[in-house]
Amino acid sequence: MIRLTGIERVFRVGDEEVHALRGVSLDIAQGEYLSIMGPSGSGKSTLLNILGLLDRPNAGRYELNGHDVTGLADDELARVRREAIGFVFQFFHLVPRLTAEQNIELPMVLAGIDPAERRRRLDKLLADYGLEARAGHRPDQLSGGQCQRVAIARAMSMGPTLILADEPTGNLDRHTGQEVMAVLERVHHEGGTVAVVTHDPEIGARAHRRIRLVDGAIAEDKRS
Amino acid sequence: MRFADLLRFAWQVLGGYRSRTALILLAMGIGVAAVVAVSSIGEGARLYVVNQFGSLGTNLIIVLPGRSETAGAMPGVLVGKTPRDLTIDDALSLKRSPAILRFAPLIVGAGDVRVGSRTRETPVLGTTAEFIQVRQMDIAQGLFLPPGDPRHSQPVCVIGSTVAAELFGARPALGEWLRIGDRRFRIVGVLAKQGQSLGFNTDEIVVIPLAAAQALFNTESLFRILVEAKSREQIAYAKADVEEIIRLRHEGERDVTVITQDAVLETFDRILRALTLAVGGIAAISLAVAGILIMNVMLIAVTQRRKEIGLLKALGATGQQIRAAFFTEAIMLALGGALLGLAVGKLGQVAIGQVFPDIPFTAPWWAVLAAPLTAVVTSVLFTVLPAKRAAMLDPVMALSKR
Ligand SMILES: Nc1ncnc2c1ncn2[C@@H]1O[C@H](COP(=O)(O)OP(=O)(O)OP(=O)(O)O)[C@@H](O)[C@H]1O
Ligand SMILES: [Mg+2]
Repeated sequence: MIRLTGIERVFRVGDEEVHALRGVSLDIAQGEYLSIMGPSGSGKSTLLNILGLLDRPNAGRYELNGHDVTGLADDELARVRREAIGFVFQFFHLVPRLTAEQNIELPMVLAGIDPAERRRRLDKLLADYGLEARAGHRPDQLSGGQCQRVAIARAMSMGPTLILADEPTGNLDRHTGQEVMAVLERVHHEGGTVAVVTHDPEIGARAHRRIRLVDGAIAEDKRS
Repeated sequence: MRFADLLRFAWQVLGGYRSRTALILLAMGIGVAAVVAVSSIGEGARLYVVNQFGSLGTNLIIVLPGRSETAGAMPGVLVGKTPRDLTIDDALSLKRSPAILRFAPLIVGAGDVRVGSRTRETPVLGTTAEFIQVRQMDIAQGLFLPPGDPRHSQPVCVIGSTVAAELFGARPALGEWLRIGDRRFRIVGVLAKQGQSLGFNTDEIVVIPLAAAQALFNTESLFRILVEAKSREQIAYAKADVEEIIRLRHEGERDVTVITQDAVLETFDRILRALTLAVGGIAAISLAVAGILIMNVMLIAVTQRRKEIGLLKALGATGQQIRAAFFTEAIMLALGGALLGLAVGKLGQVAIGQVFPDIPFTAPWWAVLAAPLTAVVTSVLFTVLPAKRAAMLDPVMALSKR
């Protein structure tokens, strides 16, 4: 499903060049559940952003579902993001003035889906993620765990094949973190491909495939 | 993205930043209200002047003795000669022109008008029966001067309503006699109230037959001849005829001035229109200021809402959608402000109308149209830069900054 070959990502800070990714090659099959770990600054987020088409590599090739997406224009990338990729962030990134429901439907609104269909999908998502009672609440009226569930429901609203989560539990206590992971794992059980960046070894160990990045390169790639 | 969703999204943003929204609406509103109010004052003044001239009579041509300097005659011709008087015979000869419907010669003086022990000094007008039609005045009671040969007169008069009230109080004036100087006149009519008209209050005059006025003021010469052309199209012919007829009678000398009401009116009209446009334009500057305010606020919004914009992009929003969201917001603000401004401007106009009931304050259509249009166009123009910045925002950077 995903094939990265020789991905390089270099950031230029003043006169200095920071190599965030050095020749990363990686194959991810449909339905895989993988975790990405590694020390701070090792390039985990950068890799995830490239996987999610939010960022472009300086060199290398990215194939998604058999298509080369490295050369796509910004608007085409946006369309692929909208239809095929769901993001979950450490800081939830919910729009504060919108209700849980309105946050969840944002991707569908951007995709131009008609209101009746939106309603149908919303009801299912709210039920699936146990948010029925919170549909009309704003983010500041929700707990951290609830916020992250709203964010996951939002990521799932367009029925993506790839879910990317950057430290989804980083801002939650242990218990809530595990709850959120259970929700993400359900997505995996339903056939979705899930990649989670984490610092928590316990959470990383839950994945079936564990990748370790060191200094912008893959140091370890274990399956169980 | 569906249009309805775009509107709803912008609406939610406006609702999410209330004080900001209120501030812009206020700025836009003040701009639009200023344009509407100021231009309606200008337009009111213009209509007032037009009406004032209109109330003199329609298709009116005024003939006065003497050549006006600006009228283009060879200046040397009249040097050393006093201009010939306008006479009744001059006036009567105008009957020959087919373009002229009617005319009224005019003599004006002041006289002490007396009834019993009450005396009052009033302007006295000597004219003929046609005067009332030429000037388009109305009679409240009785009749106007009787028709007939202007060279002979009956001792009758018509008085203005104020004169009637002051000399007779509540008593009926009709049929009573009054004295002007040493002459007696019977009152055959009272003029309807008309009020001030170009500085001349017709409620305060006494009208007597032309011949009587000539005798009273001991003069042969006319003050004016008021001429009414048969139609608007005939005004030019009537003017040419008047000039020609009187020139022939005055041994080939052009020694009268003929003013058409149209020409005077047009000049005033032009000046006041230009003035209205100018002040309206000055007021429109405040709209540009409001536009700059919108730009400033939008630029702040791009910084303030970095994370949100980054998020939208991560969720699959295209640059075009981000721009559309910003423009929708700007247009909604402009339209909201414009509506508010139109309402306030209208209220202001009504309020000034209460203070000056005589002046017909109305916002000209171009102002009502141009003010909201300018509001929308300026805010769209001033949103181009912020919208572009937002659309170009790098989502990774936007989301990573905490
Ligand atoms: N926009 C950028 N400009 C300059 N350098 C950057 C930028 N983004 C990332 N880097 C650098 O690239 C390297 C990898 O960053 P990245 O955010 O991928 O690390 P990470 O593994 O996610 O770290 P963390 O665990 O702290 O989140 C770091 O050295 C970082 O400083
Ligand atoms: Mg990171």
